[in-house]
Amino acid sequence: MSDTQAPVSCHGATPPPPSDNPFVNGLWKHNPVFVTVLGMCPTLAITNSVRNAIAMGLATTFVLALSNALVSMIRKIIPNQVRIASYIAIIATAVTIADYLVKAISIPVYLALGAFIPLIVSNCITLERAEAYAGKQPVWKATLDGFGSGFGFGFALCCLGTIREVLGAGTFLGIHLFGPHFEPWVLFVLPPGGFIALAIWLLIFATYRERKDKRKKALEQPASELIAIAEVHS
Amino acid sequence: MNDSLTHIFIDSLLINNFVLCTFLGMCSFIGLSGKFSTAWRMGVSVMFTITVSTWMAFFMNILLIHFHAEYLRLITYIVIIAATVQLTEMFVKKTSPALFRELGVYLPLITTNCAVLYVPLLMTSRNYNFTQTTVFALAGSGGYCMSICLLSMVRERIDLSDVSSLARGTAITLVVAAILSMAFMGFAGMGNGA
Repeated sequence: MSDTQAPVSCHGATPPPPSDNPFVNGLWKHNPVFVTVLGMCPTLAITNSVRNAIAMGLATTFVLALSNALVSMIRKIIPNQVRIASYIAIIATAVTIADYLVKAISIPVYLALGAFIPLIVSNCITLERAEAYAGKQPVWKATLDGFGSGFGFGFALCCLGTIREVLGAGTFLGIHLFGPHFEPWVLFVLPPGGFIALAIWLLIFATYRERKDKRKKALEQPASELIAIAEVHS
Repeated sequence: MNDSLTHIFIDSLLINNFVLCTFLGMCSFIGLSGKFSTAWRMGVSVMFTITVSTWMAFFMNILLIHFHAEYLRLITYIVIIAATVQLTEMFVKKTSPALFRELGVYLPLITTNCAVLYVPLLMTSRNYNFTQTTVFALAGSGGYCMSICLLSMVRERIDLSDVSSLARGTAITLVVAAILSMAFMGFAGMGNGA
């Protein structure tokens, strides 16, 4: 990676934008996976089917909303020096609740997600949202932000899960799409497929962003320059 | 399942390599693999942290079972890991200030590395004894160290070559990781015989 590119790290805490709606910000503008590239481990590990992706998205949303609300509630009591430790304790509590909830609701889903539910604790998104947003904002905003980031994360998981399940198994949510003669592209269900699918999505988003920038530049150019360019080309 | 020490070693080092097959510690794997010098340092400090925190978690688990407080497992483990990272930081600072300056920012990052939490969790669910736990922790973290070093060596070469501006950065790194992961799939066959 060249040094000019934004570094990918767990502590890429970006300040919240001045925009007003925390839900939309978390869902789209600050999408945890596609924009800030956080929480990579579950993103790659359990997106081999859409069902797992949805379950993981819901569990993470629950943890994010609960921990954001709690952090925001006690943000004025926590001394600054021990805030990270207290955030982690709060997140771990929320994750323990989520772990037992999933176990109570559906054993197959619990087995499919495996160790990745307890591992939400060390998912960078939860700590990043607590540190960058919930520790500074009122409770309702923080909760909304938790839901937004959680759904954004779930949305990204579903994007990846769709590619991997459709190509790798020929199914969507367990429904066969291509009839009996489809030869599944097994690679996409296996670990390398996760890397490739995420790379594809990042490339799509990069192309989209570059086109948008180009269009913006073209619009900003004064009309006289455009005419000059047109004359050169004709 | 076969729980012999050799099997645990080969299984966690190669067949179920933490990074390339089970996707643990992806953030640091992608974020810190730009240069070989930082990559191997990160790998070694992760190895140290994983081994020490797993030992501590092993004894803590015995205590928790004794007091019938298994629901506190996750919280105690994460506190143990945070404490171990702090300990590593103090240890490195005391023994080698030069290394501390170089590692500086990366040390606290280990806390949010999911590989560190995964080892104690898996050790608990598989009911490993002390020797098995030690081998599992060493081999697993060794696998992490190995793959981050491999990726960093490839990335140093990629920096010299001409990559499309769209793919520069994370995308090309992911593609390289995919190819490495495909290579590691070849070890899957070893799982059946062992």
